[in-house]
Amino acid sequence: MKFIKTLSATTMLALVATSGAALADDHMASDMTLVSWGGAYQASQIAAYAEPYTAMNEGVTITWDESSAEAVAKLRAMNEAKNVTWDLVDVVAADALRLCDEGLAMEIDPNEDLAAAPDGTSAEDDFGDLLVSECFIPQIVYSTTVGYRSDMVPAGAAAPTDICALFDTKTYPGMRSLEKRPINNMEWALLCDGVAKEDVYDVLGTPEGQEQALAKLGTIKDSVIWWSAGADTPQLLADGEVFMGSTYNGRLFSAIVEQGQPISMLWDAQVFDLDGWIIPAGLPEDRLARVKDFVKFATDTQRLADQSKYISYGPARASSAPLVGKHASLGIDMAPHMPTDPENSKNTFLYNYEFWADYRDDIDAKFQAWLAQ
Amino acid sequence: MSDTTDGLVLAADGRPLKQSLRRALLRQKIRALMLIAPLLLFVVVTFIVPILSMLFRSVENDIVPVTLPGVVTELAEWDSSTGEPPSEEVFRNLYIDLFKASEAKQHTRLGTRLNYEQTGLSSLFRTTGRSLDDIGEEWQDPLEDIDANFKDGAFWFEMMSGSDGDTFLEQRRDLLAEMIGESMAGDVGFVPSEQVAKMLPWTSRAYADFAIWTAIADNDVVAEEDPWEAVYGALGMDLTSPDTISAIGSYSGPGAEALQAAVANLDHLPQDGFREAFAAENGDWVSPDVWATIKLYSPSVTPGYFLNAIDMELTPDGIEQKPENEQIYTQLFIRTLIMALIITASCIVLGYPVAWLLANLPMRTSSILMILVLLPFWTSLLVRTSAWKVLLQQQGVINEILVWLGFVNDADRLILMNNATGTVIAMTHILLPFMVLPLYSVMKTVPPSYLRAAKSLGATNWTAFWRVYFPQSVPGIGAGSILVFILAIGYYITPEIVGGTSGVFISNRIAYHISSSLNWGLAAALGTILLIVVLGLYWCYDRIVGIDNVKLGG
Repeated sequence: MKFIKTLSATTMLALVATSGAALADDHMASDMTLVSWGGAYQASQIAAYAEPYTAMNEGVTITWDESSAEAVAKLRAMNEAKNVTWDLVDVVAADALRLCDEGLAMEIDPNEDLAAAPDGTSAEDDFGDLLVSECFIPQIVYSTTVGYRSDMVPAGAAAPTDICALFDTKTYPGMRSLEKRPINNMEWALLCDGVAKEDVYDVLGTPEGQEQALAKLGTIKDSVIWWSAGADTPQLLADGEVFMGSTYNGRLFSAIVEQGQPISMLWDAQVFDLDGWIIPAGLPEDRLARVKDFVKFATDTQRLADQSKYISYGPARASSAPLVGKHASLGIDMAPHMPTDPENSKNTFLYNYEFWADYRDDIDAKFQAWLAQ
Repeated sequence: MSDTTDGLVLAADGRPLKQSLRRALLRQKIRALMLIAPLLLFVVVTFIVPILSMLFRSVENDIVPVTLPGVVTELAEWDSSTGEPPSEEVFRNLYIDLFKASEAKQHTRLGTRLNYEQTGLSSLFRTTGRSLDDIGEEWQDPLEDIDANFKDGAFWFEMMSGSDGDTFLEQRRDLLAEMIGESMAGDVGFVPSEQVAKMLPWTSRAYADFAIWTAIADNDVVAEEDPWEAVYGALGMDLTSPDTISAIGSYSGPGAEALQAAVANLDHLPQDGFREAFAAENGDWVSPDVWATIKLYSPSVTPGYFLNAIDMELTPDGIEQKPENEQIYTQLFIRTLIMALIITASCIVLGYPVAWLLANLPMRTSSILMILVLLPFWTSLLVRTSAWKVLLQQQGVINEILVWLGFVNDADRLILMNNATGTVIAMTHILLPFMVLPLYSVMKTVPPSYLRAAKSLGATNWTAFWRVYFPQSVPGIGAGSILVFILAIGYYITPEIVGGTSGVFISNRIAYHISSSLNWGLAAALGTILLIVVLGLYWCYDRIVGIDNVKLGG
């Protein structure tokens, strides 16, 4: 009897203690699990967002999970198991769109959930067109672009300045590396097959246009190594396996500037894409409160500008652009390495989310069948 | 003979011996079952259940009938071969079903599902979902102009409420619960009126959906909330029916005045139906192709995924082969099987001599050799595959050496990876231990005296090996081959890294559909076919070689 009394007393005490702790914390959970890509990108997020946040909020612990590449599938599985263990997930915009469609991500109200710019511009206007889905909180603009070995440019030929150098194996012999999916490659192929930039998606929406793009890619099919991880192209370039190849601009930046490889950037027809956060749907209240608090902090003007000290991706807020400074350890000016820099963005594409959401399955089937031929 | 009663043998405790024995045996069985229970449970939970759920997922298609119940029922009467879009009735059901689905965020899931079958449906559902409010407002605005009472949530609540419409409410509740896959149990705080439900059938459905959603999902009080735009649209539907108009004429319950005012001002309401309203949002809604797809995939079980997995498709005219430029899976299945066979064969060729050495060298040397076999086995798969990348690439170690030795011209270096060769080389190396170890353990049991006996009886080295030694090592080859083949057929990391385009397996496509395209139904169908192929091959193996002839050890 006495034992039971003691036991229930301890339980009560524990209950009081936990509810007391929760009260002290404004009903916010003290742990958060953030999901990101690992590597240099995650490191830049830790340095720019997570460390300042934990310094401001004693007792908050942040756990990182490097699962962004499989985030959509994992989140769906968690949702089916009714046990979502993630609090905030870093995904590319196309995935955010799909998660939103599937009801796996929470819709946000930009003006309420995100901080306004220092000059008072509302978050909605500050992010502008980059709010491509109701669930998506943009962080950075990155681009898929082409790098080439500057020391392997054939004698007598000028260094390539045009995306169509990819298809010009006469002037620029050697292997190319392209991503093993239709997105970006199909656009570049049409562009270099005489289709005007503004017509690319109209043409690509027709079976004839898809044939045309594959036929153009077919002219270099024998000289292409198809990659599926972002690290492949920089490695292939460094080994001299390929003359030129597509990858994310930040990967090329680190190969060129941090590792000093003889690689140059070909910004022409770079394809802008976005990366940002989504909040999983159905979080319990205390965790949601904590996440919202973090997101508001981590996506304000200064924090987004801070991230560009560590990695060459452009901040998604208009108001952050003037604050982009120097690289944290190399001390070089980061602005000229940003995909959004006027000098680099003379000819660009913005990833067409609606188009690819519709055509992805169809064109991918054709692309894979074409690859296998 | 001990005590016997009526011819029965009794045990010491006086029970019949038979019964006593049975009890003892049962107890033993239960004890044995308890011992294996953890394993059994583990196997059921982690193996049997996932496989069954995979089988189920490959044919399951609940999402269409559950999200668009009204449409599916109504669409049964539509004939896709006429080339005409379905009737106004279907579009009215579409509006009611889709509105509720978009409140529950289910319409985009449906769009994604149907987009696997027809390109463009994903954005059709997504963009239409955003403009459902606008469609309803075409009726809401004039109705509110006719009678300001229509603006008031409490007025609607009073008009729609009654005391006898429980069954109707439960029907709507079940439909909603099925759609979102969760229970919608709880007090709605609203009971529909049977009389109004008869008079205004569409409006009652829309209002009941609104009431249930407001009360259960949003935790709000129904009477205090303004109804969905869909309720106004539904009232517009009802006001086109002569039965409803005559019923309103003789109706005197709550809201009678407002309804009669609406009837008197029918010319203020939009004259077009919902078909026109949807067509104005997106022309695809009146495309017979879109409706043919929805109709084809309206049953809750579909062979569609399996047909896709063998490069066929479901069309209104029956099952057809896909166009040539979209055929991929049959080719990949065949390639996977052929390459797995090549890998198994190269493992036998390379592994057999190694296993023979291991079994026949003196202990000291053979244990060093054993470590050499096991060392790569203990190294991470990714590390080994990446190491092969360094060796095999065109500027890699092997090519450099060949060029340096002058065997190969610098201009045409060998292409050893990003093709089938790369996959075969890397996977043979990775799977080799699975061949060597069973072979070794079988060869260990072959007494060396047999070979000596054969030779002393005049056999040549070859005859002695081929007629005496080899037949005894066949069970090892069998076991190793099954292991290597079945592991190879499911590999996907190594082909992904070194396989390029011509060296990838079917599992790479399965992984793509699981993690990237999210078409889990197709992935499940592909996985099921792969499972069936493996079982089929196992059966053939059993018939030809005999599974009793397989040994993993002495």
